[in-house]
Amino acid sequence: MNRINQLDDIIAAISTPLGMGGIGIVRMSGQGCIALADRLFSGKKSLLEKKSHTLSYGKMVNQGEVIDEVLVSVMKGPQTYTKEDIVEINCHGGSLVTRRVLEAVLNQGARLAEPGEFTKRAFLNGRMDLTQAEAVIDLIHSQTDLSRQAAVNQLEGRLKKEVRSMREEILDMIASIEAVIDYPEHDVEEETYDNMEQGSLKLLNRMETLLANADRGKIIREGLETVIVGKPNVGKSSLLNWLLEEERAIVTDIPGTTRDTVEEYINIDGISMKIVDTAGIRETGDVVERMGVEKSKAYAEKADLILMMLDGSRPLEGEDREILSFIRGKKTMVLINKTDLEQKLTLDELEEYIPKEQIIPVSIKENRGFDELINGLKELFFSGESVKAEDALLGNTRHKNALFQAKEAMERCLVTIRTRMPEDFISMDLQDANRALGEITGDVADEEIIDRIFTKFCLGK
Amino acid sequence: MYEAETIDVAVVGGGHAGCEAALAAARMGMNTVMFAISLDSIAMMPCNPSIGGSSKGHLVREIDALGGQMGKTIDKTYIQTKMLNTGKGPAVYSLRAQADKIKYQAEMKHTLETTPNLRIRQGEIAEILMEDGSVCGVVTTSGAIFRCKAVILCMGTYMQSRCLYGDVIIPSGPNNLMCATKLTQCLKELGIRLYRFKTGTPARMLKSSLDLEKMQPQYGDETIVPFSFENKPEDIKREQALCWLTYTNETTHQVIRDNLHRSPLFGGMIQGTGARYCPSIEDKVVRFADKERHQLFIEPEGEDTDEMYIQGMSSSLPEDVQIAMYRTVPGLERCEITRFAYAIEYDCIDATQLKLSLEFKDFKGLFSAGQFNGSSGYEEAAAQGIIGGINAARYIQGKEPVVLQRSDGYIGVLIDDLISKGSQEPYRMMTSRAEFRLLLRQDNADQRLTPTGHGIGLISEERYLALREKERLVALEIERVKALTIAPNAKTLEVLAQYESTPIKSGAKLSDLIKRPELDYEKVSPLDGDRPTLPADVQEQVNIQIKYEGYIGQQLKQVEQFKKLENRLLPEDMDYMSIQGLRIEAQQKLDAIRPSSLGHASRITGVSPADISVLLIYLEQQKRRG
Repeated sequence: MNRINQLDDIIAAISTPLGMGGIGIVRMSGQGCIALADRLFSGKKSLLEKKSHTLSYGKMVNQGEVIDEVLVSVMKGPQTYTKEDIVEINCHGGSLVTRRVLEAVLNQGARLAEPGEFTKRAFLNGRMDLTQAEAVIDLIHSQTDLSRQAAVNQLEGRLKKEVRSMREEILDMIASIEAVIDYPEHDVEEETYDNMEQGSLKLLNRMETLLANADRGKIIREGLETVIVGKPNVGKSSLLNWLLEEERAIVTDIPGTTRDTVEEYINIDGISMKIVDTAGIRETGDVVERMGVEKSKAYAEKADLILMMLDGSRPLEGEDREILSFIRGKKTMVLINKTDLEQKLTLDELEEYIPKEQIIPVSIKENRGFDELINGLKELFFSGESVKAEDALLGNTRHKNALFQAKEAMERCLVTIRTRMPEDFISMDLQDANRALGEITGDVADEEIIDRIFTKFCLGK
Repeated sequence: MYEAETIDVAVVGGGHAGCEAALAAARMGMNTVMFAISLDSIAMMPCNPSIGGSSKGHLVREIDALGGQMGKTIDKTYIQTKMLNTGKGPAVYSLRAQADKIKYQAEMKHTLETTPNLRIRQGEIAEILMEDGSVCGVVTTSGAIFRCKAVILCMGTYMQSRCLYGDVIIPSGPNNLMCATKLTQCLKELGIRLYRFKTGTPARMLKSSLDLEKMQPQYGDETIVPFSFENKPEDIKREQALCWLTYTNETTHQVIRDNLHRSPLFGGMIQGTGARYCPSIEDKVVRFADKERHQLFIEPEGEDTDEMYIQGMSSSLPEDVQIAMYRTVPGLERCEITRFAYAIEYDCIDATQLKLSLEFKDFKGLFSAGQFNGSSGYEEAAAQGIIGGINAARYIQGKEPVVLQRSDGYIGVLIDDLISKGSQEPYRMMTSRAEFRLLLRQDNADQRLTPTGHGIGLISEERYLALREKERLVALEIERVKALTIAPNAKTLEVLAQYESTPIKSGAKLSDLIKRPELDYEKVSPLDGDRPTLPADVQEQVNIQIKYEGYIGQQLKQVEQFKKLENRLLPEDMDYMSIQGLRIEAQQKLDAIRPSSLGHASRITGVSPADISVLLIYLEQQKRRG
C-alpha cells in the first residue's frame, strides 16, 4: 500500500529510549487514539470523558490481564505536537512491560510508527517547514550524541551554506552560456571550454566530498547496518556478546517490533552499529548457530559492514571460502578468533580474498584485539580520522539523493564538455545539477537564471 | 446606442495577438469581428522591424504548426533572414527575419479581409457586456452594440497609454496612435486587477543621413529556412537587405550622464514597471558604468522607406539630448532623426486572473491575450492570440479548451509562466525558461503541435498527412541507420581522417559515428552506400534524433516525471482556505490562482514543496473518502 494512504490512522511507538531507566512511554497519535487507549484502560473515569491535556491514573488491562499501572495523558488536537489527538501511556514496569503495552495498542488497531513519523505528521499537519522537519527527524534518529550534534549543525544551515555556494558557481556558468544563447549577436564574452572544464571539475570534487561525508552522516546517525557472518559454530554469538559487553551504552533493542528480526544498537567510540538478525545468532544458543551460509549471503548483500568470524585453530574450509568469495570487495572485517589456541589458519590464503588491514586476530576468550577492531573500523569508514559530528553534513536520504543526482549531472557535464558538445548541452547538464541542489536548499531555479543573466550582462535591444 | 449585430466572437484590438485570435476563431467557423482603433495599425510593429530570434523564433514556428498566420506572413514580407546560434546545439537554433514593416501589415490585413467568417471593423471598444458572469457583448465608443458569445481582449499597449520624451508627456498609444481611454474603467468595475507596465523604443533615422562606411555590414543567410512548415526555401528566396553594426563610445555615455536629471526614468516621472531585457541606453550606462561601449544594430524598416531602426539605443530622454547623444556614435554624426525614441506606459492585467486557456477565471467567455497580459514582443503576443482564439471557439463549441503543457512547446511555457507567476515586469520568452528545450526545438514544432492543430480544424488534412509521411520516413531511416555497421576499411579511414575523427579499429555502428561531435548524418554519407534519397527536413530529423539520442532520452525521462505531477488535476472548486497544514500564504495564493494541477500549483510563487506534499496528501485523503 502506498504510504501516502496511511496518514490519518493511529500510529504508536515507544517514545523513550529503552533500557534507560524505569519509565517507558508509549505514544499514540491519530484520530480515535483516545478511544483505543480507553479500551485497554481501567480507571475511575473513561479516558473519553477526560479534558484535554490531563493525566489519568489507572491500569492497562489486556484480555483480562493487568499489564501495568500507568499514567495516561490525553491531549486533543490541534494543540498537540502532531496537531492530532495524542495519548501517552507512562509505564513503570521497565522495558519489557512497556513493550507489552505497545503490543497491546498494536493489537487494538494502532500501527507501529515508522522512525520519525510523529514528526512527519507534525510537519505534514503544518507544524514546521521542510528543512526543520528533516533535521528533527534526524534528531529522532540519533543513536549517539555525535549524531545529535550533527542534527544541530544541520539546523544551523552548514549544509545549506555549502550547497548554496556551489549553486552560485553553477548559476554563473549557466548565465554565461545562456546570455550568449539568448543574445546571439551581443558582444558577450564566451567562457572557454577549458575554463568550464576546470570549474566543473572543482564542483564535482566538492560534491564528492559532501557525499563521502553523507555516508559518515548515515553511519553516525543510523549506525552501520552490520551483519555477523561465518560458518556455524565459529563463535558468532560470542562476538555479539563481546561487542555488547564492551559497549558503553546500549541505546535500544526492540525485539519483534521494528521488523521480524531482532536488532541491537551498539555505540563504541563514536561508531554506532546496528547488528541485524541477532536472533538468528542467539536463538540456537550453544548448540549449532542457525544462520548458515545462505542467510549470511542475503544479509551481507545490503549490509554496510560485514564482520566475518573465522576460527584460527582450524584451517580454511569450503564454507569459509564460499563466504569469503562473496564478501570480497565489500566493507568487511575478518576476525580470526581463538588466537589463544594453536593457529592452523594460514594468512596467505586469506589475504587472497581480503586486504591485510581488514584482518584482525582476536581472542574473545582472553579479551584481546578489541582496540585493533575499533581502529580498523575507523580506518575503513573514516580514513582513520577521529569521528566528528561537524563532518557529517548531509542529514538524510533525500538530501543524499539530491546531491547524488547533482553529482551525476556534473559527471555528465564533464563528458559533455570533454566531447566538445555545443554549449547548450553543457547548460542543460548544469541546470540539472542546479535543480538537484535546489532541492536541498529549497530554491527554485528558473527566475534565478534569468536574474543572473541580466545582473551579469548588459543585454537588450 | 444601437443594436448593431449578433456575432460569435469579438476580438478587441488588431495587433499581433488580435490578428491570430481573430483568424483562429474565424477559421474554426466562428462568426468573428476584429475591432481596431485604426485599421491602418493592424499587425503594426511599433518597435523592432524583425520577427523571431532566440526563443521567439520557436514561438513563430509553433504558431505555424498550430495553423497560425505569423510565419506565413513574415515569409512573404521578410527582407533578411538568419538562423542564429547555429554554432550551439539544435535546441537553440533560432530563426529571425527582418521584416518590411509596411508590407507585413498590408499582407496581414489582406489575409484578415479575405478570411471567411471574419470581418474587421475600425472602432474603439468602450464596454464589455456581462450577464450572470458570462460575457454577452461589446459596445463601441460610437454606441454600436455587438452581441456575442465570447470576447478576446488583445489591446496591447493601448490602454490609457502615454508616451514620454523627457519631460514631455503625450497621452497616446505607440507611434502617436490614439490610445484607448474607455475600457480600463469598465474592466476595473468588473473587478479585474490591473498593473501599469512600461516599455520603450529607440529613434528612427533617415538612411541617407548615415555614414554607413563607418559601420560593419551584417548579411543574411545564403540558405533560407522558412518560418512556415508549408513553405519551401526556394519558394521564398529573394534578394536580402543589409543591416549595420556600430557602437556607442565614452562621449555618448558622457552626454547621457550629463543629462540623467532630465530622464523621466531617473526623475521619477515613470510609474510603470519596465523590463530588464529592454533597458534604455541611459539604463545601460548607469547599470553597467564600466562598459566602454554598447552595440547598435542599424536595421531597415522596409524596402520602400529610408527609415532605419537603431537597435540597442532606446531612450526616454528629451529630444535635444537624443540628438546630441545619437550624433556621438560613429556613422550617426549627421543623423536626421525621423521619429524620436520614447518610453510608453500602459495598463495591463495581472495574468494570474486567467486560466491556462486564457479565459478569465471569473468571467465565462472573456479571454485575454498578448501584451495586455503583461508579456512583451510580437511573437509572445501572437502565441497567446492563437490560443485565445482557439479557446474562444472551443468555448462556444462547448468543447474542452486546448491547453499546451510546458513539455509541449514554448507556448505552453509562456502561458504557464504568465498565469502561474503573474509578471512583475513585461515577460520576454527566453530559451532558459523552457526546461525541456531539447525536445522543444524549432525544427520539430510540426511534430509537436500540428496534430493538435489538425484536431481542432486549423490544419488541413493534406498538411497533416504530409507530417505523418515525414514521421514515417524519419522512423524508417533511423531504424536503417541504427542497424548499419561500418567496416574499418580504407574508405572509412579516409572519411574519418577528412574530419580529423579518431580512426576505428573494428566495425563501428554508423549511428555511433554520427554521434561524434565532428561528424553528422551528412558527413558520413560516403560510408553509407544504400542511403535513400530523402527530403532535407527528414534528413535533419534523422541527424538530430540520432546524434543527440542520449540527451533527448534524458529529457524524455524528466518529462515523464514532470507529467506525474501535471496529471494530478486539482478541482476548480477546491477550498484551499480549509485545507489544514497549508501555510496561509500558500492558501491565499492557491485560492487566488486556482491551479489546474499539482504541477501547476508547484510553480506558483509562494507555494513551497511542503505545501505540495500537503496538497498531495489532501488529494489522497479526498480520493479515499470518495
